[in-house]
Amino acid sequence: MAGARNIQAETGPMLAADGRPLKDSLNRALRRQKLRALLLISPLLLFIMLTFVAPIADMLFRSVENQIVQETIPRTVKALEGWDPSTGAPHDEATFAALYTDLVIAEEYKAHTRLGTRLNYEFGGASSLFRGTGREVGKWPTEVYTEQFVASDPAYRDGAAWALWMADPSVRAVLPLTADAYDAWALMTVVEKDDVPAEEQPLDFVYTALYRDLAAGALPQLMPAVDVDNWDSVAIRDLFLEEDAAWGELPVWQAMKSYGGNYTAGYFLNAVDMQIGANGPEMRAEDERVYVTLFIRTMILSITITATCILLGYPVAWLMANLPARSANLLMILVLLPFWTSLLVRTSAWKVLLQQQGVINDTLVWLGLVDDANRLVLINNEAGTIIAMTHILLPFMILPLYSVMKTIPPSYLRAAKSLGATNWTAFWRVYFPQSVPGIGAGSILVFILAIGYYITPELVGGNKGVFISNRIAYHIGTSLNWGLAAALGTILLVIVLVLYWVYDRVVGIDNVKLGG
Amino acid sequence: MNLPVYATAGQRVWYYGFRVICGLIYFFLLAPIIVIIPLSFNAQDFFTFTPEMLRLDPAGYSTKHYVDFFTNPDWQGPLWNSLAIAPVATLIAVTLGTLAAVGLSQSHVPFRRAIMAILISPMIVPLIISAAGMYFFYSRIGLQGTYWGVVLAHAALGIPFVIITVTATLVSFDRSLVRAAAMMGAGPLWTFFKVQMPLIMPGVVAGGLFAFVTSFDEVVVVLFLGAAGQKTLPWQMFTGLREQISPTILAAATVLIVVSVVLLATLEILRRRSERLRGMSPG
Repeated sequence: MAGARNIQAETGPMLAADGRPLKDSLNRALRRQKLRALLLISPLLLFIMLTFVAPIADMLFRSVENQIVQETIPRTVKALEGWDPSTGAPHDEATFAALYTDLVIAEEYKAHTRLGTRLNYEFGGASSLFRGTGREVGKWPTEVYTEQFVASDPAYRDGAAWALWMADPSVRAVLPLTADAYDAWALMTVVEKDDVPAEEQPLDFVYTALYRDLAAGALPQLMPAVDVDNWDSVAIRDLFLEEDAAWGELPVWQAMKSYGGNYTAGYFLNAVDMQIGANGPEMRAEDERVYVTLFIRTMILSITITATCILLGYPVAWLMANLPARSANLLMILVLLPFWTSLLVRTSAWKVLLQQQGVINDTLVWLGLVDDANRLVLINNEAGTIIAMTHILLPFMILPLYSVMKTIPPSYLRAAKSLGATNWTAFWRVYFPQSVPGIGAGSILVFILAIGYYITPELVGGNKGVFISNRIAYHIGTSLNWGLAAALGTILLVIVLVLYWVYDRVVGIDNVKLGG
Repeated sequence: MNLPVYATAGQRVWYYGFRVICGLIYFFLLAPIIVIIPLSFNAQDFFTFTPEMLRLDPAGYSTKHYVDFFTNPDWQGPLWNSLAIAPVATLIAVTLGTLAAVGLSQSHVPFRRAIMAILISPMIVPLIISAAGMYFFYSRIGLQGTYWGVVLAHAALGIPFVIITVTATLVSFDRSLVRAAAMMGAGPLWTFFKVQMPLIMPGVVAGGLFAFVTSFDEVVVVLFLGAAGQKTLPWQMFTGLREQISPTILAAATVLIVVSVVLLATLEILRRRSERLRGMSPG
């Protein structure tokens, strides 16, 4: 037996100094190393997650988030569930009563204007419609119900009695509209007015709901019996139509139904000039199409800028790669100087130089190339954007081009020439193909940077030279349509990430050089 | 690349023609920046050279725009705001960034590519998108319009530069030095500060400079995130350029050009130093 154990120890796993199997020991060391690395990285990772990734995620969420309709007019959204838009605007009193209740409550919370603003993105006029009706809805003659209830039994005025009735499950079961309206009113009383519901008389819309429940034949056990059959009543639909004829038309109802969900593709459709129509998504009217044109223009301008950068960057990179180190270094510093100069400084320079009374036009007139009366319009159009952005992005083309060209041995060119190639053939067939990776890297870099530019187009682009970014800024700052801004931003982000993925495949992230 | 003595006339024309073309491109790169400097000394409120300036008449020049820049609260406030935001953002970016770069350079890091992609992302995502997202998110958590909101955002934007420069220096860092230090009894902290840190210092400083410039130059994010109390110098220039353009902008621009020349010179010195150090060390 002892001999057998000895043999096993000799052929068994190799042991470390402390007697553990070596494999375990190594694994443990590796684990500890991994843990240490992660510990060093985690503070920054957490920081970036909180300050950067979470905001981007928030933006993505906002581009589909659409809780405002559901939150502001939940009863109407529910009432509209069974409605078919192809039958025209709703006629039934129940839908209008639901909207009435929703609007009275929304008005108390001051939420109706926000809803109007939101629906205004989908059809013009919603904002004033909701604001106007919301202002009046509290003054509608629905107190006729309140008065009749109170007249038939004074208990209906008593807040405490109401609280008691509404606490009873059997009453709530037979009076669904009333229970719902009372709950909303009670919540509003607590939140908005800081009062105790049991000490207050409910508002008219609660009585209206009670009337509608009783008129439908409900018989609550606890409450004083009233017979509502011969009561005076008001037609809520007529009140809406009197207030604004738009309530009798299709668009507002369609918008409320289409955007009733918690999530919507509406912002994205809007961002590509589409909308939700009666039969699903459709293109917007010709004169309302803005964004596709803008995306295409952003693309074309970015491609033009990339092309001019290649054209101007290639000779300079070639010169630097083929000069002796000392002169190349000096030329490199001259490239890095604009690279390091503040973006605003360079944009201001172009703004000043490109003006019609600016230095460039002055020089051209002085040289006699341009007539004084026909000074060139170089600013506030595409030309301004292209000139200024080429200048700003040129170093991003030169630096990768240079780093690739420096690795091309000059002896290849000499070999080609000594084998009988002309200068052009030698360049085009031998040198140029080897420099293509540099062109690729520089182009993608310049294009990614160009496509998301905001400041320069804003300042020198005028109306014709603006990019999609300017529209995003406009929707955040001026029109306050954050959802649309988020959708446009998401589309732009996807384009950039795809390009970046290509860049990573072609060049590799680790090869990003900063010219230092 | 020198022209051989036997070059033909055509080769000569091409050789000099090519240099002229390159010269013109350099002119395009540099002239707009250089021309700003004399224009900022204009005695008139014009944005072009006056006849007096062209005649080099001293009466055509004045420093009044500089006086305005250094005395007008419209410019001094933003200047000090910039100087209050950029260093703090840089400090955060450099501290966290260097730590993470050291972690990333270890030999076994799980999910290295994914982590790297996340850390670099603020550099790749267009600024307007970062600005939009941060505006939405920071308004939710009450950081919008506060000093710390701007500082945190700027730190996030500067971090990729720190990561890239410091990782690049760490690639050439000889890890056996750490083992040697440990063998001689130094603790991990002591090793880091006394052995590793001095050697990667050029990368850290370069990354810090990039982070500083990123914050100092940044305008899109601060435009959305900042309130009037966080108005920075680029923001003031942006408003100036968009609304009423005042020649003081040119003085501000010249000051910023001087700052960037100083920064560039610092970086160049650092680069030469690290080249020299690398040249001395064997391997």
